[in-house]
Amino acid sequence: MKNSINNAFKIAKKENRPALISYTVCGDNTKDKSLQILNSISKDLDIAEWGIPHNCPTADGKDIQNSSYRALQNGIRLNDIFNLVKKFKKTKLSKPIILMGYYQMIFNYGEKKFIQKCKASGVDGLIVVDLSFPDNKNFAKLCKKNSICFVQLIAPTTTVKRMKEIIKSSHEMIYMISTISTTGSALKYSIKRIIKNYNVIKKIKPSKNVVIGFGITKKTISNLRSADGLVVGSAICREITRSLKDGQNPVINVSKLVRILKNKII
Amino acid sequence: MIKLKKKTPLIDQHDKFGFYGNKFGGNFCAETMRKPIEDLSKLFEKLRKDRKFLKKRDHYFRHYLGGETPFFKLENLTRHLGGAQIWCKDVSAINGDAHKAYHATVNALICKESGKRYIAGDTGAGMFGKNLAMAAKKMNLKCKIFMGTKDISRQAPNVKFIRNAGAEVVPVDSGSKTLVDAVSECMRHYVSNCDNTHLAVGSAIGCNIFLKICAWSTSQISRELKKQLIKEFGEIPKLKLINVIGGGSSALGFWNEFIDYDKKHVELIGVEAKYAAPLSTNAKVAILHGAAQYCLTDKEGQIAETHSLSAGLDYPGSSPLHGFLKDSGRARYTNASDKEALAAFKLITKLEDIRPSLEPAHAWSECIRLAPKLKKSDVLVVNNCGKGYKDKKIYIEQLGYYPK
Repeated sequence: MKNSINNAFKIAKKENRPALISYTVCGDNTKDKSLQILNSISKDLDIAEWGIPHNCPTADGKDIQNSSYRALQNGIRLNDIFNLVKKFKKTKLSKPIILMGYYQMIFNYGEKKFIQKCKASGVDGLIVVDLSFPDNKNFAKLCKKNSICFVQLIAPTTTVKRMKEIIKSSHEMIYMISTISTTGSALKYSIKRIIKNYNVIKKIKPSKNVVIGFGITKKTISNLRSADGLVVGSAICREITRSLKDGQNPVINVSKLVRILKNKII
Repeated sequence: MIKLKKKTPLIDQHDKFGFYGNKFGGNFCAETMRKPIEDLSKLFEKLRKDRKFLKKRDHYFRHYLGGETPFFKLENLTRHLGGAQIWCKDVSAINGDAHKAYHATVNALICKESGKRYIAGDTGAGMFGKNLAMAAKKMNLKCKIFMGTKDISRQAPNVKFIRNAGAEVVPVDSGSKTLVDAVSECMRHYVSNCDNTHLAVGSAIGCNIFLKICAWSTSQISRELKKQLIKEFGEIPKLKLINVIGGGSSALGFWNEFIDYDKKHVELIGVEAKYAAPLSTNAKVAILHGAAQYCLTDKEGQIAETHSLSAGLDYPGSSPLHGFLKDSGRARYTNASDKEALAAFKLITKLEDIRPSLEPAHAWSECIRLAPKLKKSDVLVVNNCGKGYKDKKIYIEQLGYYPK
């Protein structure tokens, strides 16, 4: 089994910093542009998450909805996503890539076919927002069999009992949702409370890489730098929206933003 | 073929993952929602066995919603069509003007029991929104109603009512600007506020617990109907129960007590809107709003847009329970176009004193198609589940008049 995701965390740990994980939507605003963005920010990233756009995203806030909408408007399809992943993985500075999406897209494509395509194109991990524990047990097994890391999520509402079960069935990375919200809203809890939740998870199984996501921006990222990894999504999508609105090149602007984020956690 | 269990309420025929017939339903939701819906499930299972709660529910149904809704024969229509006897279960006579009154009220009662002070719901035609706003006011809860901007404009009388009842109408301007987007936005609101807000889903859709609460609440309709039939006929006669299908909440309530009957004895017929008809046009199973169901999608699996004059039916998905009833062969599903629904409204209101909204007009259309082919001994019952005043403007635009 390849361990690209574990390695990414090891590298960050060696440098005494959290892993930086981006989230952008594949195909936002076009197929080429989304690949250019990823290629350009890859050097500052440890892991890249790519969203599979869906038109009924019930857990996403406005920013990611806008990105998904743009991508769908420009005709992105699942097969395009696999091709783009393949291209990204061929570049020199490519990083481990995690696809993130809603179960409907996988269900419609066929679970087995989807996983095979992931494997063939070089996808390292999967996050399925609405396939939670224990309903995801079989799917997670299928991922493991194919050397793909299935990332379990833990929310502020998750009980400790459930947390233990989730962690037990988890692979090398766990995603902790910082706050009760959809993606992209402001942090509702104090940093102290978020870190406290994080420590509860870490204490159960210290060897698991736990990343924090939802509501992480330029302003909040450095306060959370004690985590194994931090995911920035909506803030990047917002930057793409702003760039397009102002007639600027999103590749340049997003690269600048990611560089700033990286500098905040070094 | 999927088999239904006898003597087990339809809503309880799911496995531990919330699936009916191994295929429909489930709990496809974000981790954040898992604990709140688990808590809600526990609370609901407790309350439905709690005599005090049931008494409270019955008290509200009787005194607040006005008690039993009428059941009567449509003599003129029967004579005009010259076939089966046509009967009307006039659920629109309820205080609140539609069957949505039942589950809006029950949801407000459950919210109260849960100790939450906020309640949020989605609405298409505005009937659920209006009833939830009313119930929230009655029970002193803060209420938000999510509604597509297209529906806000075409169902203006209900929007006014919701606002007058003191609820906030949250306009949803994404996607098709109709019910599907309202439900998505309402679910997002819940994901962000599940610590203090009760989610009242307006149809028999969503994660397992939401469709259970909905169908449990509307089943009041068939409890009444059963008694009324026995009173009229001395027994349950050979029946066809015709109901319109959007999200499927009224049909499930109308049919619930009759599920165990043989379909040759009590036939269940669902009528969808022609261009929002996942059950009657062989749509694929898809995951929408937390559940697997028959749903209109494109080849890539994206949720398709629908088109119906009726806001309450303009929804690409269907209740998992209807998928279950369809695949088990217990119910059959057909559809009616805007034009057919309008023609039905025209004929019904010419001959009878009822004024159906656009939604039940679809069911009446099927009744009109069917009745002449049947014998006098056949009994057709239509659930007249919504009052027409909310569609007055649309009827005038389409037909040139609205009957007195």
